[in-house]
Amino acid sequence: MEQSNKKATTHNIGIYLWIWGLLFVFSTFSYLVDWYDFQGLLRWSLIIFFMLIKAGLIMAIFMHLYWERWAIVNVLLWPMTAIIVFVSIMTAESQYTFFTRALFFVMGG
Amino acid sequence: MSEIDLSKLPKGGKGFAHDFAADQTIFKGVPWGKSMMWIFLLSDTFIFSCFLISLMTARASTTAEWPYASEVFGLEVFGTNVPLLLIAIMTFVLITSSGTMALAVKYGYERNRKMCAWLILATAVGGLTFVGMQAFEWTKLIFHEGIRPWSNPFGAAQFGSFFFMITGFHGTHVSIGVIFLFIFARKTFRGDFDTGRRGYFTSMKSDYRAIEILGLYWHFVDLVWVFIFAFFYLW
Repeated sequence: MEQSNKKATTHNIGIYLWIWGLLFVFSTFSYLVDWYDFQGLLRWSLIIFFMLIKAGLIMAIFMHLYWERWAIVNVLLWPMTAIIVFVSIMTAESQYTFFTRALFFVMGG
Repeated sequence: MSEIDLSKLPKGGKGFAHDFAADQTIFKGVPWGKSMMWIFLLSDTFIFSCFLISLMTARASTTAEWPYASEVFGLEVFGTNVPLLLIAIMTFVLITSSGTMALAVKYGYERNRKMCAWLILATAVGGLTFVGMQAFEWTKLIFHEGIRPWSNPFGAAQFGSFFFMITGFHGTHVSIGVIFLFIFARKTFRGDFDTGRRGYFTSMKSDYRAIEILGLYWHFVDLVWVFIFAFFYLW
């Protein structure tokens, strides 16, 4: 790697402390979801909502993705669609497995 | 590699087309070490995704009752059972260490050697605390609750294998990160990134950009924990 001796321009310390604080707040919120024992759709949507916000903040600010050029951002984020596709495939698969198991336990094969 | 003036290149979508149409390098202004770390993290994302997706598959396809994590991971404090207490503390410790790492990267780029080194050390201590608490959690679950990869007293037998596999794999990442953080703290204190002293293993010169690359790995470990916390402990 090339040695760069000039001081690089960096971001204000404030933004890191802000994100740090926000991560604490959102982690507390997601913990409170369990604390107040929310169930069903409300629980799942809140968990995913807080999870995505935290993940977004970490990637955008802490990992500097917000300031990177689009070339690398796109290369990193588009493969995530493959994961979503995989999740939907395995959801269908697991429902089918559950169905055959339930059928087996009820009918005895 | 000469320094590229990024301000002269087109930005956004046009920049995307420009960079991909370029010869020699696609990722303008990104050191090769950083792009390789990103690509490694992308592959690691897929590994963790496979773990979490198989957890989803097992949980959705079993007819047995899935153990209720809130109770399994509860901690008794002054006679009352607090749900997920240890996991919550672990989460905050890891976020804090991620924050100190972000600041270490910032001070590294500002060539503030002392500040950067102390913050890396703080990050390492945070990571060590996390691993320690995880060891405590595992000990409790194995020896006191009787959770095994093939059975457990709470419900579906698959629970144990997913717990040990997912948190174990994440804990391994944290442990490796802690080792590298200590090594980098020493290197920074010694001034390796100012003098360009050659690395012991790589025998290459390095500078403060190496700390950003280490930081990427550490933030990724935190990022994965966000997903594990959501899907394994809270779901």
